[in-house]
Amino acid sequence: MTTLLEADAVGVTYGRHRPVDGVSLALASGEVLVVVGPNGAGKTTLMKLLTGEVTPTSGQIRLDGEALATIPAWKLASQRAVMAQASRLAFPFTVAEVVRIGIDSVGRALARTARERIIAEALAAADIGHLAGRSYQTLSGGEQQRVQFARTFAQLKAGRTNTDRQVLFLDEPVANLDLSHQIALMESAARLAREGVAVIAVLHDLNLAATFADRILVMSAGRLHALGEPATVITRERVRDVFGVDLCREAEGGLPVVLPQHYAGMRLERGAA
Amino acid sequence: MTIAAEAPSIAGLFASRRRRLTIGAALLAVVLALLAVVSLGSGAVKIAPADVVRVVTAWATGDREALAGRDALIILSIRVPRLVLGSLIGAALAVSGALMQGLFRNPLADPGLVGVSSGAALAAGFTIVLGDRIFGTVAAQLPFVLLPFGAFLGGLASTLILYAIATRHGRTSVAIMLLAGVALGAFAGALTGLLAFVSDDRQLRDLTFWSLGSLSGASWTKVATVTPLILPVLLAVPFLARGLNALLLGEAEAFHLGIPVQALKRAAILMVAVAVGASVASAGVIGFVGIVVPHLLRLLFGPDHRVLLPLAALLGAILLTGADLLARTLVAPAELPIGILTAAIGAPFFLWLLLRRDRTLDA
Ligand SMILES: Nc1ncnc2c1ncn2[C@@H]1O[C@H](COP(=O)(O)OP(=O)(O)OP(=O)(O)O)[C@@H](O)[C@H]1O
Ligand SMILES: [Mg+2]
Repeated sequence: MTTLLEADAVGVTYGRHRPVDGVSLALASGEVLVVVGPNGAGKTTLMKLLTGEVTPTSGQIRLDGEALATIPAWKLASQRAVMAQASRLAFPFTVAEVVRIGIDSVGRALARTARERIIAEALAAADIGHLAGRSYQTLSGGEQQRVQFARTFAQLKAGRTNTDRQVLFLDEPVANLDLSHQIALMESAARLAREGVAVIAVLHDLNLAATFADRILVMSAGRLHALGEPATVITRERVRDVFGVDLCREAEGGLPVVLPQHYAGMRLERGAA
Repeated sequence: MTIAAEAPSIAGLFASRRRRLTIGAALLAVVLALLAVVSLGSGAVKIAPADVVRVVTAWATGDREALAGRDALIILSIRVPRLVLGSLIGAALAVSGALMQGLFRNPLADPGLVGVSSGAALAAGFTIVLGDRIFGTVAAQLPFVLLPFGAFLGGLASTLILYAIATRHGRTSVAIMLLAGVALGAFAGALTGLLAFVSDDRQLRDLTFWSLGSLSGASWTKVATVTPLILPVLLAVPFLARGLNALLLGEAEAFHLGIPVQALKRAAILMVAVAVGASVASAGVIGFVGIVVPHLLRLLFGPDHRVLLPLAALLGAILLTGADLLARTLVAPAELPIGILTAAIGAPFFLWLLLRRDRTLDA
């Protein structure tokens, strides 16, 4: 496993705000890193820094050995794909067209059959094959989110012709998804990781994070609070420190299962009544 | 899984785009050709379609003897330049509308509606009035060289101001864009009105002409001035299509997909300013073409810019040629300013768009 993405003490200042401050991390190919933290902790901003969307005001970021800021957009597009926290579309594209736009640039050199195969694969990975001809705007929130996942998935596959050292960025990819699709989407991401893609995902569900992450990064007030394996990072003390919530925490087969104590208390009361 | 079942619709994805473009282009080209024959035959002197076709063929093949008659003179020196100018301007305005809508990621943007045309008209007015003042009679010969340039600068300035006001952190607010456009348009209109106080009779006529829009001044000279400005834009615009498609997903998304976003936006703004500037300089402010044409095309052929932009040029040419035909014939022998006609058709259409608005406009 070699390091693909490397951040060295990166930070950014917006006016008097400093949403991300001195974060360092190294992401290896094939690894799933999950970022957790309270609202406003700087998770989205960290993702924007790592994808090159926002230029850091301090620190260094290197992607596959190159300084991120010096990589041109067209090349970057075959090295990493990004699913943003929210995406809207003001024009009535169909689902298949939205996914196709994802590979129009990166997959320019591909034969038409190859592009069609990639789109079919992406639609299947996001379980939206049955929506292919529908207008994106008429979909539900969760369905739209799955289309965006399919678009990033397709971009990675199409970019594969240029490099197999790729990073997938997912900012709250399961926010609107039902339980089965949350798991399905994370499984698709994990499958990409097994093919060597480095995955970095922001999640709010600590159980989902613990299930799919190789390592978890905890952000708090713009700073890296902890970084390590799920079992060592998601502890009762840390969750109380960072989220201010008391947990019941039971290890089941090695994975931490977290449940706010408040809920547990409510359950007990109801059970007694 | 459903992959096998869905494969045909995906296979159709690429084929259907090409088919839509081919069918659309063929259809619109035929309509434009028919309309051209009718238009060249209509006016104070009626000329039969067969004679129109004969004259045009003779002209195209360089058959000088067939071009001796009065019909040939009327067609070639009066009506063809007007038809060509109208088609060029219609294409320019429709394509500018589509470009602005892609740039602002909003189907309501239109150069006339958001003050770009008014800005160009104001600058054109300045060029005429102040040009005369400063350069005296020499300038009276110059205007048609200076005008498109002045109008271009005016259009460019308005577009840049509008973009700077309406876009924050890569997001464009529709409400702000439309309101800023209204304010810009009103401001440019007021200044143009002020110019009226310092102009003489001839200049006053020119100013009125710009605010209403008309093709009545069409000549081969105007065609020759405007073609080198509009034609390159029309030819270059398809190269922006892929980038504009990506831009519709969002500015950050377009960057992630490998599009050089800043360069794309600069190119689009420059093209709009050139196309609108050239149009306004030669025919004044003609509104609503830029909003009606792309909208109809999206309904018929979908929003893909690779289909939309070429077809917009054709349908824009059709719309303006048709409107000019009506402008020349409805109240003959008098003539309506074409801007009044496009507004009379376009404004209700725009209101209808607002009435049936869905999530698309709430962005
Ligand atoms: N462009 C900006 N200008 C000023 N402040 C900003 C900007 N972008 C983000 N911030 C601030 O930075 C902080 C971190 O924002 P960020 O979106 O990274 O949080 P987050 O961890 O992703 O939160 P959430 O869980 O709600 O998505 C917030 O306080 C936010 O207000
Ligand atoms: Mg966020």
